Amino acid sequence: MTLMKPLMGAAATLALTAGAALAEPALIFDLGGKFDKSFNEAAHGGAQRWTEETGGTYREIELQSEAQREQALRRFAEAGANPIVMVGFAFADALGQVAADYPDTKFTIIDMVVEGDNVRSVVFNEHEGSYLVGMMAAMASKSNTVGFIGGMDIPLIRKFACGYAEGVKAANPDATVIANMTGTTPAAWNDPVKGSELTKAQISQGADVVYAAAGGTGVGVLQTAADEGILSIGVDSNQNHLHPGKVLTSMTKKVGNAVFEAFSDGADMETGFSVMGLANGGVGYAMDEHNASLVSAEMQAAVDEAAAKIASGDIKVHDYMSDDSCPVLSF
Amino acid sequence: MDKMPKWADVVLIPLISLFLAAILSALVILGIGEDPVAAVKLMVDGALGSTYGWGYTLYYATNFMFTGLAVAIAAHAGLFNIGGEGQAMLGGLGVALVCLLIPWPHWTLALVFAALGAGLFGAAWAAIPAYLQAKRGSHIVITTIMFNFIAAAVLNYVLVNLLRPEGSMDPATARFPEAVHLPSLHELLAPIGIEFSKSAPANVSLLVAVGACLFVWLLIWRTPLGYEIRSLGKSEPGARYAGISSVRTIMIAMLISGALAGMMAVNNVMGEAERLVLNATEGAGFIGIAVALMGRNHPFGVFLAAILFGFLYQGGAELALWTSIPRELIVVIQALVILFTGALDNMVRMPLERIFLMMRKGQN
Repeated sequence: MTLMKPLMGAAATLALTAGAALAEPALIFDLGGKFDKSFNEAAHGGAQRWTEETGGTYREIELQSEAQREQALRRFAEAGANPIVMVGFAFADALGQVAADYPDTKFTIIDMVVEGDNVRSVVFNEHEGSYLVGMMAAMASKSNTVGFIGGMDIPLIRKFACGYAEGVKAANPDATVIANMTGTTPAAWNDPVKGSELTKAQISQGADVVYAAAGGTGVGVLQTAADEGILSIGVDSNQNHLHPGKVLTSMTKKVGNAVFEAFSDGADMETGFSVMGLANGGVGYAMDEHNASLVSAEMQAAVDEAAAKIASGDIKVHDYMSDDSCPVLSF
Repeated sequence: MDKMPKWADVVLIPLISLFLAAILSALVILGIGEDPVAAVKLMVDGALGSTYGWGYTLYYATNFMFTGLAVAIAAHAGLFNIGGEGQAMLGGLGVALVCLLIPWPHWTLALVFAALGAGLFGAAWAAIPAYLQAKRGSHIVITTIMFNFIAAAVLNYVLVNLLRPEGSMDPATARFPEAVHLPSLHELLAPIGIEFSKSAPANVSLLVAVGACLFVWLLIWRTPLGYEIRSLGKSEPGARYAGISSVRTIMIAMLISGALAGMMAVNNVMGEAERLVLNATEGAGFIGIAVALMGRNHPFGVFLAAILFGFLYQGGAELALWTSIPRELIVVIQALVILFTGALDNMVRMPLERIFLMMRKGQN
């Protein structure tokens, strides 16, 4: 009995602190970890911005294993976190299982569509942003050969590659696009060494601009491109600052905005399907002091014109995931 | 003539090792500016304070029991099976094939055959290193660890190219049909009036694991085969002199070991995920080595050590959820426990032996 008392006390304290945590939003990072300089870090940035602007606090976890997906979702939901935001398509299966069990909790999943009354699915028109950086790549290339290095070989990354290739062909119909994928498993998101090797292989085939859509692997791509004196294009976050004067631009995917919006909407978040494209600023290309010298006024004008046409619907960029095929690139 | 009484060997040494690991972990947590007492409270409460916590602790423990027993049985034959990870991965493939290809009418039938499939695949994966060891003398440590990598590559290929459902981006199989759903502890305990958390993954395979502990105990200490395995482990020339075939015994011991490691998949693939994902084993094969070391290769010791490591896993997950202790540090804490209970065993054992010797001299 004497031992029970302090134990009960501890449990009560914990229960109290858990109660105080009520209605905090929560963010779940994928296995790449929150400082991957890319996808997860963009989400982290959005959450940080929300904290700075509102002074609120949020819960977060970096997953260690597959089994933790469902566990983290359930634990946050049971502790009253609301809304719960998860970054990455790999959560789809776990969320599909969990969402219905917690009808009062709102969930946001990025990069995947999950059905459910309390789920907001945010997908991005990556093909549109990739089209723009593809145009820039073609205009900046002197060898008429540009490269694409994807992370894991999944339809989502082929969507990047296809949009990019279409942009390249739009700016220069004679240009060649070399596309490689890093691997077929999630490890491909975090393999900078392989990214570096693929970059060297593409350089030996004549590429002088490479676009990396590969999460943490892209760090190796950008590094090697800078070392070898060719241009590279970053992805998801603005990566121009990683190698000033060596990164042509970055295809920005405002994952942070999606997190920020979900956090700001709080528990009253609207659910359903949400598309973030050029028209609403969800994707774009990055301009700052680090790449100003690389992008000519003529280039920027052409890209901005194309961006306006895509936003208005005059140019239709092919979405690989709509029919699992790409008219200008074969994989 | 023992240097130490048995209770000191079995109970005292692991406890002292644990205590040392805990002190060092506390220092590390202090070093990054967190409160170690609160962290321990959180771990204990999160892993053992509710049926939810117990459900996860026992789920992890079930995995570790299988892999721990696999390492233990090989160790009795003087073999160091580091391939539990690969054998468990292949076991997962066996379970997935059994569950996906055959329409089972009821989970009990499915469980029996899934366990058979898992054991068969795991044993097959252990058979090649075992044969190389028995016939060619290729060291089993090297071959089993290499087979872990081959297993990962095989699973990778099968999941990406053969078993992945059309249009899915995840390298994983389709979900298993509803009929092969294994009852969780919640579903098992509800009819007898015990309220157990619904969301915890511990399931009926816990009972299979306990059964496996019993089976290994009977096999090792109560059968002629167990006697042969133990004699081979103690002295190969001695065993051969006694007419025991070392090739046959090595093969049998490793096949049983591989089958046990493979059967872990019944818990994590069939019981929890209900589909086969990449890296479903999550290092349980390697944890099994620490579990067997700590459990002194005795099934009951393995049972207890498995629960301890289950506690560490689940407590670690709770730490990651509710504190800002980074995930890398949680791995450090788990590693410290393994280091002290496994690798630094003699650091505690030798001084303790000296103390007991001195005490005995004092008495005489």
